[in-house]
Amino acid sequence: MRTYLARKATLYVLTFLVAVTLNWLIPRLMPGDPVQRMISRAGVQHPESIGPMVEYYEQLFGLDLPVWQQYLNYWGSLLRGDLGVSIWLFPSPVEDVILRAVPYTLGLMLPAILLSWVVGNWMGAAAARRKALDNTVLPASYLLTATPYMWLAILLVWGLGVVAGWFPVAGGYDFGRRPTMSVAFVLDVLHHWFLPFLSLFLVSLGGWAIGMRNLIIYELESDYANYLAALGAPQRLIRRYAFRNGLLPQITGLALQLGTVIGGALVTEVVFAYPGLGYLILQAVQNADYFLLQGALLFVVVGVLVANFVIDLVYVVVDPRTRTGLQGANA
Amino acid sequence: MSLRVDDLAVHYRTTRGDVQALDGVTFEIADGEIMGVAGESGCGKTTLGKALIRLENRMKHVRGTVTLDGEKLPIADDRAMDPYRYRRISLIPQYAMSAMNPTRKIGRMIRELVTAKGVAYEDVRPELERRLRLVGLDEEVLGRYPIELSGGMKQRVVLVLATLLDPSLLIGDEVTSALDVTSQKAVARALVEFRDREFVRSVVVVTHDISVLYQMADTILVMYAGRLAEKASATTVIDQPLHPYTKMLVGALPKVGERYDDRRLTGIVGRPPSLLDPPGGCRFRDRCPLAMPRCEEQPPFLEVAPGHQVACWAVA
Amino acid sequence: MTVPSPGPATTVADDAPDAGAALDVPDARPGRLPGRRHEALYFALRNPKVVGAAVVILGLALLGLVGPLFADHGPNDYAGPTMQPPSGEFWFGTTMFGQDVWVQFVAGLRSTFLVGVLGSVVAGVIGMTIGFVAGFRGGWVDELLTMLTNVVLVIPGFVVLIVINTYLGVRSVPMQALYIGLFSWPWVARAVRAQTFSLRAREFVDLARLSGVPTRTIIVREVAPNMYSYLFMTFVLLFGGAILTAASLDFIGLGPTNAVSLGLMMNQAVQWSALHLGMWWWFVPPGLGITLLVGALYVMNVGLDEVFNPKLREM
Repeated sequence: MRTYLARKATLYVLTFLVAVTLNWLIPRLMPGDPVQRMISRAGVQHPESIGPMVEYYEQLFGLDLPVWQQYLNYWGSLLRGDLGVSIWLFPSPVEDVILRAVPYTLGLMLPAILLSWVVGNWMGAAAARRKALDNTVLPASYLLTATPYMWLAILLVWGLGVVAGWFPVAGGYDFGRRPTMSVAFVLDVLHHWFLPFLSLFLVSLGGWAIGMRNLIIYELESDYANYLAALGAPQRLIRRYAFRNGLLPQITGLALQLGTVIGGALVTEVVFAYPGLGYLILQAVQNADYFLLQGALLFVVVGVLVANFVIDLVYVVVDPRTRTGLQGANA
Repeated sequence: MSLRVDDLAVHYRTTRGDVQALDGVTFEIADGEIMGVAGESGCGKTTLGKALIRLENRMKHVRGTVTLDGEKLPIADDRAMDPYRYRRISLIPQYAMSAMNPTRKIGRMIRELVTAKGVAYEDVRPELERRLRLVGLDEEVLGRYPIELSGGMKQRVVLVLATLLDPSLLIGDEVTSALDVTSQKAVARALVEFRDREFVRSVVVVTHDISVLYQMADTILVMYAGRLAEKASATTVIDQPLHPYTKMLVGALPKVGERYDDRRLTGIVGRPPSLLDPPGGCRFRDRCPLAMPRCEEQPPFLEVAPGHQVACWAVA
Repeated sequence: MTVPSPGPATTVADDAPDAGAALDVPDARPGRLPGRRHEALYFALRNPKVVGAAVVILGLALLGLVGPLFADHGPNDYAGPTMQPPSGEFWFGTTMFGQDVWVQFVAGLRSTFLVGVLGSVVAGVIGMTIGFVAGFRGGWVDELLTMLTNVVLVIPGFVVLIVINTYLGVRSVPMQALYIGLFSWPWVARAVRAQTFSLRAREFVDLARLSGVPTRTIIVREVAPNMYSYLFMTFVLLFGGAILTAASLDFIGLGPTNAVSLGLMMNQAVQWSALHLGMWWWFVPPGLGITLLVGALYVMNVGLDEVFNPKLREM
């Protein structure tokens, strides 16, 4: 178990290093003088922001310094928690802007991911049990997985928002309201939350259902299932084992899918103009707010790594093979 | 009379037609008998073992009956067979190394299995522990996961597990082939002991390795291309076989104390006929040194001496 | 973006030497039919999933290939009246600015296929090379490559792509495909590595190694042919994944600057309030096109699994 978790932790630290390095490197791959380019691209929405921008860029890039020193300086400011100042929302520090958006994204993603995982696994197990269900659940699941996140979001906005008028089509809450802890405000937030949640939930659902169905069918062909059948054990028992063992790869799958689900959440937020990280990233892109963009990237990376580690901890609890020092599923 | 198999025929359905894996097999096993079934891969021995307890999806029962303790088994009806399985007929599978759910502790798995079969775990637990000790395992293995056990240990746990409800018939499919020689001997000895203590009434051991049978079998049944070739006591089959195929099979065995320097070990030349559309008559005749015109006709499985049956025109 | 893993399907493992022995069926496999390759083709042509999916994919490909040739104006030209619903003249209607949605759609299909093919080739080549080498060489080479694979696997590639595209810009579809390929290879590498490991242990590889054949030749001649079916299926999945990723990037406005794409069409539809104006013909076709194409690819993958894996063939 120790070695399993140690290996994983090493991987995540290494991944963080790589992500930070990429974040440092990519702007330096820009052709020409990056500082000038970025300032000219940024436009002059806030004329007063240009001064600090130039100063910050120059300090950040420190192009006159040797490369290794530039790199170390970058780490230095990062470790001081200094991600820069947002150009778009000048002069808010980037971390503030990001932290304001994070609750929306988490509130959208966590329920969508967890619920689609639970419901999808359940549907997949049902499909593996009955041929009739299999013939309906499976094609529907493939259709859902093949649907681009933003298209389903667009269809939902159009169908249930614009045409039916049941749900608001944009924002995290009604713009006329002030964020308070009143019942009316919470209801309003939930009302705005539902469609983006549903959209994300539905697209993720299919993949889990397909995965579980295939895993159970695979488990049912395994030796222990065959042996139990040969000993005349009831199907109930065999299916219970198959389901439980099928869940294990699905847990690892949860970690592997996180990156893509985040991408999905980002574009879904864009469609709904939902004030989370995705919408923030879009604004950063459109306003050439590079600090914000890079800060958001680092934040997402850290979030993914933390989530991965949590999943690893869960995995150690549920799969005895990781605890015995022998290699577990994907160690 | 423990087990009686009458004209049993089982086919495999494939996309290219039916493979006649088991084609009219008749034999009996007495109470307390350990019968080995030997033959090359593809001779139908594994199919025979499966037919006695659980047909695979692709297997089709064509004709014949299986009678256990005077009761005819519904082998073609998967559901109706369930009550007989484990309680009356049990199995040590070829894949004993992976026969247990990897994510359940062994004790818990056994509890869930026997409970599902309508037996209270508390009632069998003392016997379970006693038998584990008998095969040299501590009861603490019940608290472990299969992956924590060595191959030989797993094999012995499966032996105890399979015979826990004292079945009339135990089928062992290649029980020792995955083990090293020492573990092989231990498992063979345990199997004989279990029979002696009447944990199982009779045993069918399927193997491609005839030398293994010498250590534990009372009788040996030799199969060739879906049919029976010879059945006799183990010593007779190994020392005085009659059927030319058995002779070649036994001749292919290295014997302890003999030197092979000057005499090359010979395998059996040629290969068995396709069972997709097998030729009529004796199926061994293409490879047989004693083949004669009469072999165009199928030889009957005849008793040539008490307890010794052979299907061959040349020797019967 | 969602790439359903090829699952625990046992395509290659099925060739295991003991498969026939375990069934105890002689002659159930060896060839009455002329060779494995032909056998696969034989079953593929009789598999409704493979045939149906192939019809959809080829049909869309044909549209993308031929459609633009028959248009008398470019996808971004202002070809007619604005905001027209579908009609005989404009099959898919017109946009806010009077662009022909049909012409945009077929042009978008073209770049969708291009990004799918190129993206899957890039990811496939990187993933296979790394997987083969890691699985074949073992030892520290394997450790290193596996670590690299896992790092890229854990990094949220989509977000990195956003940053890359923002800074470096993407001028063309091939460039976009290259970037996408650079971040979607890891699971190919993992799968190929595992398969190579199991193949490496087989006798024929040992034999080749003993006779002093160079590693590269062994991989190309001995290991790869045993994995063709698996690799083909991998490409099918990568193809679909690349299309979805590209559509998402295009949708947030980070697509190629010089091309029309289905994602960009959706981006413009949303940006110019097509949803509120009820101009469904603007945003339904591009999404539907992607869904059909990617769905067909996934169904094709399932069908191919049945073809290559005899266990899954219905009796």
